[in-house]
Amino acid sequence: MKRIRKTGKQEKLIRNFLFCFPAFLILTSPLSAAEPIVVGSKKFTESYVLGEIAKRAIENAGFQIDFRPGMGGTIIVWEALRTGRITLYPDYTGTIVEEILKRPELKSEDAIRNALAPLGVGMTGTLGFNNTWALVMRRASAEAAHIRTISDLRAHPELHFGLTHEFLDRRDGWPPLAQRYRLLPQDVRGIDHALGYEALARNEIDVKDAYSTDAKIAQNDLVTLADDLEFFPQYKAVFLYRLDAPPKAIAALRKLEGTLDEQRMRRLNAEAEQTKDYARAANLYFGNAEGTAKSGEAFSHKLMRWTLRHLQLAGISLLLSIVVGIPLGIIASRGGWIGHTILAVTSTVQTIPSLALLALLIPIPFFGISPRTAIAALFLYGLLPIVRNTSTGLQDIAQPVRESAIALGLEPSARLWKIYLPIASRTILGGIKTSAVINIGTATLAALIGAGGLGEPILSGLNLNDHATILQGAIPAAVLALLVQWSFDLLDRVLIPKGLRL
Amino acid sequence: MDSLVQLTGVSKSYGAAVALHPTDLDFARGKTTVLIGPSGCGKSTLLRLIIGLLAPDSGTIQFDGAPITPVNIPALRRRIGYVIQDGGLFPHLTARRNVLLMPAHLKRPAAEMDRRLAELCALTRFPQTALDRYPIELSGGQRQRISLMRALALSPELLLLDEPLGALDPLVRASLQKDLKEIFGGLKQTAILVTHDLAEAAYLGDEIVLMNEGRVVQIGTLEDLRTKPASDFVTEFINAQRGLALI
Repeated sequence: MKRIRKTGKQEKLIRNFLFCFPAFLILTSPLSAAEPIVVGSKKFTESYVLGEIAKRAIENAGFQIDFRPGMGGTIIVWEALRTGRITLYPDYTGTIVEEILKRPELKSEDAIRNALAPLGVGMTGTLGFNNTWALVMRRASAEAAHIRTISDLRAHPELHFGLTHEFLDRRDGWPPLAQRYRLLPQDVRGIDHALGYEALARNEIDVKDAYSTDAKIAQNDLVTLADDLEFFPQYKAVFLYRLDAPPKAIAALRKLEGTLDEQRMRRLNAEAEQTKDYARAANLYFGNAEGTAKSGEAFSHKLMRWTLRHLQLAGISLLLSIVVGIPLGIIASRGGWIGHTILAVTSTVQTIPSLALLALLIPIPFFGISPRTAIAALFLYGLLPIVRNTSTGLQDIAQPVRESAIALGLEPSARLWKIYLPIASRTILGGIKTSAVINIGTATLAALIGAGGLGEPILSGLNLNDHATILQGAIPAAVLALLVQWSFDLLDRVLIPKGLRL
Repeated sequence: MDSLVQLTGVSKSYGAAVALHPTDLDFARGKTTVLIGPSGCGKSTLLRLIIGLLAPDSGTIQFDGAPITPVNIPALRRRIGYVIQDGGLFPHLTARRNVLLMPAHLKRPAAEMDRRLAELCALTRFPQTALDRYPIELSGGQRQRISLMRALALSPELLLLDEPLGALDPLVRASLQKDLKEIFGGLKQTAILVTHDLAEAAYLGDEIVLMNEGRVVQIGTLEDLRTKPASDFVTEFINAQRGLALI
């Protein structure tokens, strides 16, 4: 009898622990901090640098800043601003009228400002440079083919075009550009922006899209083709901010108006790319004296912040996957069309690419641009292994054991809790372990919507083509996955009844 | 006759295959009835119908004067012990917790459970020192003893045994047969035992029910079956099992 009671107590202890652990994660969440100014940025160098500059300017005015760099695209960062997840971020007038407002007829800054105001969003004056789209080529091949303008491309349909996915899809991007200039190249493919420069250097592509202030244009000895038909709209850099932001912060932001011309911006971009450090570029903007002292957060502190947030995202979503997945698995184990449907749906979710899943979740009111969306996506990805393992674990229980439990007179719930689930525990825990490891890996996608975690350095490293920065996120993520795997192996010994391990 | 279990017109089919034709059968209180017959004769089906693992297609089964229904079967199961060939022990529980699963589930006092466990160990000659082993650490004979203890834990009015000794080697089998006989006799236990071994049936049963192809062929003692066979099948079945005695 002693033995029975002892094990009972042990189980209770573990159950309490499992219950409290995620609660701990929630409580230590930085989400609950007093509302700071949240600065966002998109995931390309100039946006990171402008974000850093804004962060510094407003910090100097005495505000607390929460910086969410590297968010995954215009729609995501705009949605974050509109819903109040961020307070401000840098954007361009062309993007605002074409992509956000979809009113290309708006020409003047005031017209744009008037259109934004009803949405609760304000716009600063231009920072001083026009970063429009441009098509670029290697200097040598452009000169050899006598190509100086975009119109000149018409005579060379044999050239290979490697364009960013965003440019291929934009209303002011490739399709209308090709129409206007009557370009019919034989080979047009989508390629990531940073990778495109490498492809260009290796002669794999000949023409690519770029931003006119892109530091890589000078670095790689590229030429910008003249937009002789004036197709591209003006892309003047501005900050978009929420009209309910503190006026003092906005005043600090507006001091940046007109302080950055194209040449200066290109230099800052080059500085960021050479030093692999956006904060250094911001230092350069403010002058070195002020900069060095505040070259940003210590690495160990950043790493801690990323890791904690990563664990929080993966932990909460895993808990949800367990709480929902095990009951679903129990239902699925009974077979029938309901069981098949559950397994089919959870399998299908697994096949949705992570960016697409995020994009599907964002329009849902409760989610939007928030860690909730990342957690929901991770939760969905984590379901399948748990549901499937619970279901097979229960189905694999031998018929005599099953019938003995019934014949003894145990009620259905007691059969489940005292007999079936413990016997299936090894398989179920295996599923939870798989989910946990998948979650740790997939949680890097949270950075795409500014939810932080170890994906943050990975994204910014990808943009800089900087392996060291990528590894700052990738190595801790791999270590976490190993630790999780290892701690689950330990947990197996506690949670799987001894009789099943002999 | 004072019967504990009464079958009236009970039948069962699996799809087109008839496992049990409409059958009337009484099981006397305090007696051991043995169901015997070739594989697939319906003897196990009959047992599974009584414990409610199967529902009859027709007819009624009465237990202690009241018909068994889906509503009362869960409660009735606690008054019936059930032992199967491979024991059906729960692999994640020690021998002790297998035996005490139901008493503990029903929150019986610890002292009472300890007493009952000691009784059962003595009854089935199971060494108390082996109680904390898991099923996988026990021998086949020990597992069947634990299975028997588990079935007897709540002192059931009826004990159902479905070829409980079928998978054991002859020596262990003989010793368990002896123990079973003592238990049935000592406890005045009403028991229904399924076997295909005639010697075991004759040794343990007060009454033998011979079945074939889903029907009861004859009821009686071994002597009745031998001297007054109801059909050629009875003689054939007995002769087939005479075995070593005649060599």
